[in-house]
Amino acid sequence: MAENEERLRRTMMFVPGNNPAMVKDAGIYGADSIMFDLEDAVSMAEKDAARDLVYEALQTQDYADAELVVRVNGQDTTYYDNDVKAMVKAGIDVIRLPKAETADMVTKLDADVAAAEKEFGRKAGSTHIMAAIESAKGVLNAPAIAAASDRMIGVALSAEDYTTDMKTHRYPDGAELEFARNMVLHAARAAGIAAFDTVFTNMDDTEGFYRETRYIHQLGFDGKSLVNPRQIPMVNEVYEPTEKEILNAKNVINAIEEARIKGSGVISMNGQMVDRPVVLRAQRVMRLAKASNLVDEEGNYLEK
Amino acid sequence: MEIKETAVAGTLESSDIQIMVSEGTNGIAIDLQSDVEKQFGDQIRSVITETLNKLGVTDAKVKAVDKGALDCVVKARTIAAAQRATDTTDQPAWEVL
Repeated sequence: MAENEERLRRTMMFVPGNNPAMVKDAGIYGADSIMFDLEDAVSMAEKDAARDLVYEALQTQDYADAELVVRVNGQDTTYYDNDVKAMVKAGIDVIRLPKAETADMVTKLDADVAAAEKEFGRKAGSTHIMAAIESAKGVLNAPAIAAASDRMIGVALSAEDYTTDMKTHRYPDGAELEFARNMVLHAARAAGIAAFDTVFTNMDDTEGFYRETRYIHQLGFDGKSLVNPRQIPMVNEVYEPTEKEILNAKNVINAIEEARIKGSGVISMNGQMVDRPVVLRAQRVMRLAKASNLVDEEGNYLEK
Repeated sequence: MEIKETAVAGTLESSDIQIMVSEGTNGIAIDLQSDVEKQFGDQIRSVITETLNKLGVTDAKVKAVDKGALDCVVKARTIAAAQRATDTTDQPAWEVL
């Protein structure tokens, strides 16, 4: 669960693994995480070619600071073993397991990743993992799944498979996802890892996309899985802190600094004690503000 | 590694290269079609040849249709085509990747 406190994960962009143009350009849109897909976006006949392509791209392409994720094929397929080995060898940041239903599946992935790290001489523990929850069983087991491995950095809800499993489909108001979203989110928070909301596929419904993103932002999700780079600035906009939030966060950060200089263990602001949750929230606001270019290096608010 | 059958990997979409590998007898013979043949033809041929040699393929006929692929794409498609042609896709060539 390394790096988890520091990293912003507002946007995780899906990139079909067998499409060279999209794989090549994936770094230019400013996504916090890039997820190369070897699973549903790749036909059976091209699984080998997609794996080769993503592997070679990872060796040579510059994706700047983005966290690099690969969705491997499921554990019930013949591609899974080679996908995991190849991606560990390639030095991927995170392996995303689809259709996670039990903690045992995560434990298995953890062991397979560990074996591959050893085989290819990669640093033990350097490959992180995450799980996508796509069924009723997965949702009910989410707390165990999220806590099943120290490599886990996040859990994601995948609504298309989930709603099918629930004998429903997606509605504009998202009521059918309410329980799953809250389960996945609580599982993530209890385990101290990130929570990713599902994709929103109707590119023509901008209003619906904003509505859903504001809603999951309010719930507390770290971010959202995305199918189109056009959605990245839209999500970032929703996650952008307000001027008031930034100024307040800056005051909290200043108070911490003041307490440090004075050698005081107690942080106070305007005569009131500042406790840990307030500090954590202030730090997150400042990280978001920096990512949105709303503050300078010292954390001073920049007028738009 | 011996080429047992003709196999293709890659598409004709932009930024891709389609590579067909088939049985050959006289080294690596490459027939390359590319809009950037003049600037990058030699480079593309050398990536294909080098990749095949690393895979242990010394004799093969290659037909390549390039649509502006980067070196990493040329290499990936060559590996995929050669592994298909040698019926070894389920055993990735770890030392070549």
